[in-house]
Amino acid sequence: MSIISTKNVDFYYGDFHALKGISMEIEPNTVTAFIGPSGCGKSTFLRLMNRMNDLIDHTRMTGEILIEGQNIYDKTVRVDELRTKVGMVFQKPNPFPKSIYENVAYGLRVNGIKDKDLITHTVEESLRNAALWNEVKDKLKKSAFELSGGQQQRLCIARALAIKPRILLMDEPASALDPLSTSKIEDLIFTLKNDYTIVIVTHNMQQAARVSDKTAFFYLGELVEFDDTQQIFLKPKIEATQNYITGRFG
Amino acid sequence: MKNLKQQKQAAVFWILRIMTWLVVGILFWILGFLLVKGMGVLSWEFITTAPKNEMTSGGIFPAIVGTLCLVTGSMLVAFPIGVMSGIYLNEYARNGWTVRFIRIMTNNLSSIPSIVFGLFGMALFVNTLGFGDSILAGSLTLGLLVLPIVIRTTEESLKAIPDTFRNGSRALGASQLQTIYKVVLPIAFPNIMTGLILSIGRVSGETAPILFTVAAYFLPKLPTSIFDQVMALPYHLYVLATSGTDLEAARPMAYGTALVLILIVLLMNIIAGIIRSLTSKDYVK
Ligand SMILES: Nc1ncnc2c1ncn2[C@@H]1O[C@H](COP(=O)(O)OP(=O)(O)O)[C@@H](O)[C@H]1O
Ligand SMILES: [Mg+2]
Repeated sequence: MSIISTKNVDFYYGDFHALKGISMEIEPNTVTAFIGPSGCGKSTFLRLMNRMNDLIDHTRMTGEILIEGQNIYDKTVRVDELRTKVGMVFQKPNPFPKSIYENVAYGLRVNGIKDKDLITHTVEESLRNAALWNEVKDKLKKSAFELSGGQQQRLCIARALAIKPRILLMDEPASALDPLSTSKIEDLIFTLKNDYTIVIVTHNMQQAARVSDKTAFFYLGELVEFDDTQQIFLKPKIEATQNYITGRFG
Repeated sequence: MKNLKQQKQAAVFWILRIMTWLVVGILFWILGFLLVKGMGVLSWEFITTAPKNEMTSGGIFPAIVGTLCLVTGSMLVAFPIGVMSGIYLNEYARNGWTVRFIRIMTNNLSSIPSIVFGLFGMALFVNTLGFGDSILAGSLTLGLLVLPIVIRTTEESLKAIPDTFRNGSRALGASQLQTIYKVVLPIAFPNIMTGLILSIGRVSGETAPILFTVAAYFLPKLPTSIFDQVMALPYHLYVLATSGTDLEAARPMAYGTALVLILIVLLMNIIAGIIRSLTSKDYVK
């Protein structure tokens, strides 16, 4: 039974047809990688799953996206609530100009949780799950901007984990980071898979091969091929995928 | 050839340098002039008592109190309205023709001469609404005068904040309102303070808008309500310089008043600056 299921999704920025008839089933507790040349709609498709595209003017979608069986574009869906279920980590680390502690507590506070002990407990738990606790436990009151880029990105992951989402969307989460920080994030994705369903956009082929169970190749707004990662990297069925993976274009 | 080029460059830089120092020089000259001329009358008595002997001696306490009342009052008017409009324009309103219209109108508002504001304030607040010559009428008039400054600086401070912060907050399930007051406003606050500083400077020095709406020629009694008239420093300065019975004798009082006015503006700028730096220390970009 899939946790995310999209049916014939089309998406437009104004007149620009950015996504064309995308259907995809994503299983729980898997890592799915989106690959493809830039500008082909990976981020756009990712942002449809937590309705972040709602924040962009003059956009339009047709088709259906079901998450845990629920059509998330149904009129009765409360978008803020949806986003607590479907968390997101952005390309560039974007911690708030607040303390490390307050960054992680933020999602709890805006969702009405006031119990101090619960918040403190969740902050620690989330930082541990994001493999950051040991580095920051003595400076929780310090500004998040004092952390390195890689630490900031793990803080953003902790922040997303704190509200206990079911799905974690990551848009090139390591593209702004050094190799060491990148491998830390990749290790993290591997452990997080046990508790979350992860969808990750990456332009790094090795990364996709290393961390993901399934890989989707996008090209010019279309989903060209979607299969087991092994299959995609060893024996893609479609020539365009083959060409992209072997670096012949993109 | 090369030499000529370099000489030209040196000459231009010298002109730029001289111009810059000229500006600084003039500023210091004005300040020094006021200090020299006004220092003599500056005393505890001068800032704590009312004018005496046809305003040729005594102090300017009622005018100081009056100006502080008007600064506070007009900020209470302009700040909430201006900040809220700025937030609306930048965070909520879609960039259609309504927003452009509002923006053009607020810009126009800021180019209206202040005497016109005075006249308008008199017609609306003093007469039509029946507030009379009062702190209320004066504060409302001054508040309107600086409204465009507050709206503009609020809008600019909000615009400078990258959307990544807003998106980060929305992606955690925060509403737009929560995002504004928990993330956006704290970041923008120090810059919005700049708007406040600018407006305070403007308000404390304006004479024309208070002329017909609040300022009293001579009123030693301190105000007890917002419906009272008050003296105010800029108008008092004008009176001392132009319309006393003995202008020569009142001259030192005029310089003293000018000095106090400048010191008050300076003090407020310093206080606002401290608040600004205290609140902005968290935002390292
Ligand atoms: N906010 C936007 N407004 C208009 N066009 C956009 C916007 N965001 C993305 N696009 C366009 O949609 C296409 C897909 O973009 P995107 O999803 O960001 O691609 P990818 O993540 O694969 O690089 C691109 O052609 C891009 O120019
Ligand atoms: Mg992208």
